[in-house]
Amino acid sequence: MIKVLQAGLHTSIQDLGRFGYRNIGIPTSGTMDTISANFANALLNNNKNDAVLEITMYGPKLAFTTPTVITITGAEMSAKLNNISIANYKKYSIKKGDILSFGKLTKGLRSYLAVKGGFKTEKVLKSRSFYNGITLKDTFKKHDTILYDRYVDDINTFNSAIKNTTLFFETKVLEVYKGPDFNLFTLEELQKICSNKHTISNLMDRMGYRIKETIIKHSKSILTSPVIPGTVQLTPSGQLIILMKDAQTTGGYPRILQLTEKSIAILAQKKGGDIFNFLLI
Amino acid sequence: MSTFKLTYKPFGESAILIEWPQIISIDILDDIRNFSFIINKLNLKHILEVNFVYSSLLIIYKSNKIKYIDLKKELQFIYNEKSVKKNNFKKTIWEIPVCYDIEFGIDLPFLSSQKKISIEEIISTHSSSYYTVFGIGFLPGFLYLGGLSKKIHFKRRDTPRLEVPKGSVAIGGKQTGIYPKSSPGGWHIIGKTPISIFEINREKPCLVMPGDKVKFNPISKEVFKTIKLEVEAAIYKLKSVDK
Repeated sequence: MIKVLQAGLHTSIQDLGRFGYRNIGIPTSGTMDTISANFANALLNNNKNDAVLEITMYGPKLAFTTPTVITITGAEMSAKLNNISIANYKKYSIKKGDILSFGKLTKGLRSYLAVKGGFKTEKVLKSRSFYNGITLKDTFKKHDTILYDRYVDDINTFNSAIKNTTLFFETKVLEVYKGPDFNLFTLEELQKICSNKHTISNLMDRMGYRIKETIIKHSKSILTSPVIPGTVQLTPSGQLIILMKDAQTTGGYPRILQLTEKSIAILAQKKGGDIFNFLLI
Repeated sequence: MSTFKLTYKPFGESAILIEWPQIISIDILDDIRNFSFIINKLNLKHILEVNFVYSSLLIIYKSNKIKYIDLKKELQFIYNEKSVKKNNFKKTIWEIPVCYDIEFGIDLPFLSSQKKISIEEIISTHSSSYYTVFGIGFLPGFLYLGGLSKKIHFKRRDTPRLEVPKGSVAIGGKQTGIYPKSSPGGWHIIGKTPISIFEINREKPCLVMPGDKVKFNPISKEVFKTIKLEVEAAIYKLKSVDK
């Protein structure tokens, strides 16, 4: 298992999400940047739905008590194994007593740590994804433990690396589809949203990202209707809210655009102050 | 025999949104329930999730198994051809015990003075209607209830409370609801139920389902305490009638 020596800012277990419970108001949850998380599982030959550790902005300090193989993908957080720098997208053998720590965030926002076979935390409603009120924890704290199965293999890191030159999430363009309420707005208004640059505010978490700029004030409301991760809402005060994986299941603001699944992963790696624009496809 | 004109919209890469006329109507709700009941019964392998609220139905599908256009055609066929026989699905009526004592219903005196009707009348009005569950959202287990008497519509608080206790029964605008867990909220609190609408450790985490009906049953503080103990001991059984 892993012993948490120091908690990071927000470190949680996530798999592909919790499906089949929206009718009782339970969000999907799951990895914010599913592309990076899938990459981590693929590198270790895991199943796609195996649970990984999602590490946000400031990483934790972790001690391993069981051998395994690990890999880290997504954000670059200056990871160190026993105080020696290690690279993302490579595999490392772990022995009992090894210590993994994280340092300065240099790219992205969320790192994914995978272990061979996935983390074996409790499943609630068919998923291990943490969500406040559904799973016992919503983030790890100091002294917590995280279970996984023992796996012994000596890895030559230099031969097993998958080349990863540019990171997909460094783009500033988020591809979007029309949302269900796109037609409530005029062409002019929509052009404004699609051609403007948008700044991410500090109100951003696993539930959603609020955009700083005020774009179009309006008085259009809709009868409460389903929303999904990636839904872009326009509030009457003219602010854009982009819903993410832990977002509520229903909403009453017009759903003007819808992020592609790839764009959700890209946005998951952006933080307060970052700038982007939409590209309607 | 399709009854309503439906609009099909793609919602991202792997969801389809079907819209009925966007009004609050029990006829529409019954039609949506019927449609989603049939879809669920067909057990289609490419469909991950079916969920409705008010007059919209969301279907999440596996986009690697079926294309949007084919799923749309399939669903249109199901709606037009297979909805002929209306299914007589159960309409469960839940009786939810509520203590309207002002110890819990802290906004009752304010509402009474503002609306110029007695607290007793607010309570009897609130507890005599059957409310329809038009969907669940906002929080796990939060019921969107339709059917609040106009007499007790009351606009939301200007400033939301930072914490409304779990089980609080409240009025916000034209709606009434139960807080399934402690959370911030801007509705006026008129009572409290000792039962847990949503309890993750229960076999059925949410007892009440979309399409069901709810009636509030006034109880005294003493009965509240007794039921609360029974709930904690997991021996309390919520009353319901199937129609």
